Amino acid sequence: MSQAATELIRISGHAGVVPGAGLNREFQVCKLVDTTTCIGCKACEVACLEWNGYTFSETTFDNSYQTMPETAWNYWNLIKFNEHERADGSMMLLMRKDQCMHCADPGCLAACPADAAIVQYANGIVDFQEANCIGCGYCMTGCPFNIPKFDPPSRKVFKCTLCNDRVSVGLEPACIKACPTGCLHFGTKSEMKELAETRAEQLRTNSGFQDAGVYDPAGVGGTHVIYVLHDAKNPELYGGLPKDPRIPLSVRLWKGPLKWIGNFGIIFGAVGVFIHYLRFGPKVVKEDEQELHGGTP
Amino acid sequence: MSRDPYLLPNGRVLRYSFHERLVHWLTGVSYVYLLLTGLAFWSPWLFWIAVILGGATISRELHPWFGLVFVFGVSLMYSLWHRQMKETPADKAWWASIGHYIRNEDDQIPSADRFNPGQKLLFWGFFWNGIVLLLSGLILWLPQYIPWNLRFLRLAAVFVHPVCALATIALFIIHVYMGTAMERGAFGSVIRGDVSRAWANKHHHTWYEQLLRNSAARK
Repeated sequence: MSQAATELIRISGHAGVVPGAGLNREFQVCKLVDTTTCIGCKACEVACLEWNGYTFSETTFDNSYQTMPETAWNYWNLIKFNEHERADGSMMLLMRKDQCMHCADPGCLAACPADAAIVQYANGIVDFQEANCIGCGYCMTGCPFNIPKFDPPSRKVFKCTLCNDRVSVGLEPACIKACPTGCLHFGTKSEMKELAETRAEQLRTNSGFQDAGVYDPAGVGGTHVIYVLHDAKNPELYGGLPKDPRIPLSVRLWKGPLKWIGNFGIIFGAVGVFIHYLRFGPKVVKEDEQELHGGTP
Repeated sequence: MSRDPYLLPNGRVLRYSFHERLVHWLTGVSYVYLLLTGLAFWSPWLFWIAVILGGATISRELHPWFGLVFVFGVSLMYSLWHRQMKETPADKAWWASIGHYIRNEDDQIPSADRFNPGQKLLFWGFFWNGIVLLLSGLILWLPQYIPWNLRFLRLAAVFVHPVCALATIALFIIHVYMGTAMERGAFGSVIRGDVSRAWANKHHHTWYEQLLRNSAARK
């Protein structure tokens, strides 16, 4: 978005070509999380809290390194740890940075009834506008990744913004900035996709991870956070990453066919009774027919 | 001569007691609020209703509480009327002549008791849909307490709640139309409580005859 404002199309009193005109810039941004080089240091968790102004939350010890069971309304970035035993008996500590995936086809946005409480920017960021949030929690039901979280005192739902405030002024998200191993990357979607595929190929050919691959689920139209996984065939191993996430069927039925059937039904009903009145009129009781008509069939 | 509680001295018949009318309007007013705020959440084209009713945040906050009032009203109605709402073998004949009823060919309709089978359908429709609306509504009220592995409950609730609401809207449209425009005298019966003897005889003949028999037995 910010790039569009710096791109020239016409210049007054200018001889010759317009510099940069016709340039085709890609606006779609993407975060790449390479789980194979994550060391689980949680610098991204801290950077997220710092940038977004949240204090550290109480942690839950659950016999793992994980800070808490799932992300919270004020804890948008959480590394999920899984001690995974492989077929040959060796152990792997799988670590995946969990946050909003910024789906191209966002279930939260589809389910939301409040005008402009959730917006999707042209660069792919899906952002909650808390001022317009009515706190219904439908987004929590629409999301296939369990990301939006409700804050009871404010009655609003919060989630990762992909640091929209930083990205819009040309900075990378706070988590990317903090990562010491370079397992986090930020750039355009096509660049990140290319980098991820290169890395996956490297893992397959050089490191013996035959099933290494990129997680960019097509069921939600692709995401603006993509993962490199050692085992792309079993994303569930990485802290319950869904294999084929999509907007839930019941949400699609509710916002699709049911809406049409319902609206048609309501209008049909209201018009129907009006037409009935025009055709047949009211049931009027003649006050003198009381004793005349008393027969029971 | 002791005064008959139903056959009023001015040639009127008591159709609904004060208690019944109060329960009716408690349920009715809460339903209308639920309907309006529910429609606001149903479609973006109707979101303005929530704005008029004090904003969507307040509507979302109050909708569940009004739901509890509504369910309370329905349960009072159940205790008042469920015996009279019981389906009887005679109802089949009434439904068979529903065409006559719709065309106002009233002399060809089997006589009705205190509640005709159409009213029974309305009552049980609201009763059963009310139960499902309550259960799904509780889930929608506090979704943050439904853990992720019980997510199917939330997914079911977001679909079932509007389906049942639409079913009640169908009943509601017919109920309001019949109670205000179609059946002259019916609206007064739920406001002041009484109807004319001719009205009672025409629309609820079996009930009226029973009142007459009871009155005669009392004398």
